[in-house]
Amino acid sequence: MIDSSLKDIAAALRDRKVSAVELATESLARIDAGNPKINAFVTTDRDGALAAARAADERLAAGQGGPLTGIPLAHKDVFCTEGVLTTCGSKMLANFVSPYDAHVVSLLKAAGAVMVGKTNMDEFAMGSSNENSHFGPTRNPWNAGKVPGGSSGGSAAAVAARLVPIATGTDTGGSIRQPAALCGITGIKPTYGTVSRYGMIAYASSLDQGGAFARSAEDCAVLLSAMAGHDPRDSTSLERDSEDFGRECTPADAQPLAGLRIGLPKEFFAEGMEGDVRAAVDAALAEYRKLGATTVEVSLPNARLAIPAYYVIAPAEASSNLSRFDGVRYGHRAAEYGDLNDMYCKSRAQGFGGEVKRRILVGTYVLSHGYYDAYYIKAQKLRRLIANDFAAAFEQCDVIAGPVSPTVAFGIGEKSDDPVQMYLSDIYTIAVNLAGLPALSHPAGFGTGNLPVGLQLIGNYFDEARLLGTAHRFQQTTDWHLRVPAGF
Amino acid sequence: MSLSLDEVRHIAKLARLELAEGDLAATQAKLNGIFGLIEEMQAVDTDGVEPMSHPQELAQRLREDRVTESDRRAAYQSVAPQTESGLYLVPKVIE
Repeated sequence: MIDSSLKDIAAALRDRKVSAVELATESLARIDAGNPKINAFVTTDRDGALAAARAADERLAAGQGGPLTGIPLAHKDVFCTEGVLTTCGSKMLANFVSPYDAHVVSLLKAAGAVMVGKTNMDEFAMGSSNENSHFGPTRNPWNAGKVPGGSSGGSAAAVAARLVPIATGTDTGGSIRQPAALCGITGIKPTYGTVSRYGMIAYASSLDQGGAFARSAEDCAVLLSAMAGHDPRDSTSLERDSEDFGRECTPADAQPLAGLRIGLPKEFFAEGMEGDVRAAVDAALAEYRKLGATTVEVSLPNARLAIPAYYVIAPAEASSNLSRFDGVRYGHRAAEYGDLNDMYCKSRAQGFGGEVKRRILVGTYVLSHGYYDAYYIKAQKLRRLIANDFAAAFEQCDVIAGPVSPTVAFGIGEKSDDPVQMYLSDIYTIAVNLAGLPALSHPAGFGTGNLPVGLQLIGNYFDEARLLGTAHRFQQTTDWHLRVPAGF
Repeated sequence: MSLSLDEVRHIAKLARLELAEGDLAATQAKLNGIFGLIEEMQAVDTDGVEPMSHPQELAQRLREDRVTESDRRAAYQSVAPQTESGLYLVPKVIE
């Protein structure tokens, strides 16, 4: 039953053909069988899941269920969950049992969704391969020797392996879209400010945004609709009414996308994309034309500066955010130390992994006396230029399409010693975060080694429903999103 | 631009990260690789461009000055490495 659409699962629950307890039990059994192969979960919460499932069953029996009542789900371990271990993939928080729920977690609990566990991730969401986890790398369900992408690699792998039908993630520079692409599922990052950051452990606050993973765009819409909404506890949360992001996921007629103009940034198609990715992206675009869309070339001349600007802004904000880990109020404290300063230095050196330390050092440097204007302000100016490029492009098109990642999933260990090579794998995703736009990745075929390729759709601000509706029409006539890796 | 070993030591100190002498050179090499990437920014003229910190240009919201949270000290201190009588314990800082 887990490998069904949310609509079908919800209907079965409503008709009492399956109970929430049976679904949670099925998901937990699939995790027991599948997780040893992919290490997608850091924590499973069997007792909590069964208790939540029993409550969901009572609600359903009373006829008070919603679209997510009784649906098993997993949270990326960046979201605080009251009474459940919340590690953020770090030794620093290896024993942290959160005393409160993130806003997203509260909303999904209230919707009756059943959390079965917490998923593995790059430490503090810093990474593109899930190899930077204190709990070992997550493996790609399509090939256990390959990475699932990152930083939300555990959530993407869990959905790809059908251990859960839906999972949450966060995307600061591509951390939902890239793992969705590499694992062959659908993932969406909404407009910055749509999903509350309260209780979502901070990495780079001006870029971090929560989002959704599922098999299909239609299912992503159901999850995202339940996650979004204004929260006064997040100062950057937008004061907008909640909306049904699935409202354009309607049945398709022959030319359902007639009139839709898809912009293709020439910079994304110039060089750098591997041939197998290019072939799948081109085939997906041909399918979109068959559905009635037209394509038009657009330009994002400053997109090449997105990576350098990101690696100033994100580390600067990270160095500030992660200063809270001081070994005093929560998190790891060194066993032996001298004075207070020595306690800070040793606790942080032991609690953080290599990539986190590097980003803290880069951030500390660019924010240090005399360098602020040359780095942080300069990067924020580039951010403006990048956002302006998108604004100009959206005068010529309704959505922008392109690759998500220049390659299919790469090998575990292949890039882990070279930070700069790893950073370049996010070349097509980072500009979207700097501009704060919504974007999704949906399965578009397979490349070398039978590994999935994703197509990225970028929308204008608040165009999530159009993005999801567009991807839904594609998924009505293709079946890439229904493929399941062998052995799951 | 490249960082000297002394600069690496200095920023590690500012960041409160103990860095073993033996790891300094490797850290320096990786940081300099990252700064090489970052330097590409400087090639673009950004004179007169307004820095962008938030895509929606929000103003900081204010709230009414009233108590909204209850006392959850025991729950929050339950995750602290060391507490006593409701206080966080740290090494002695004042002789």
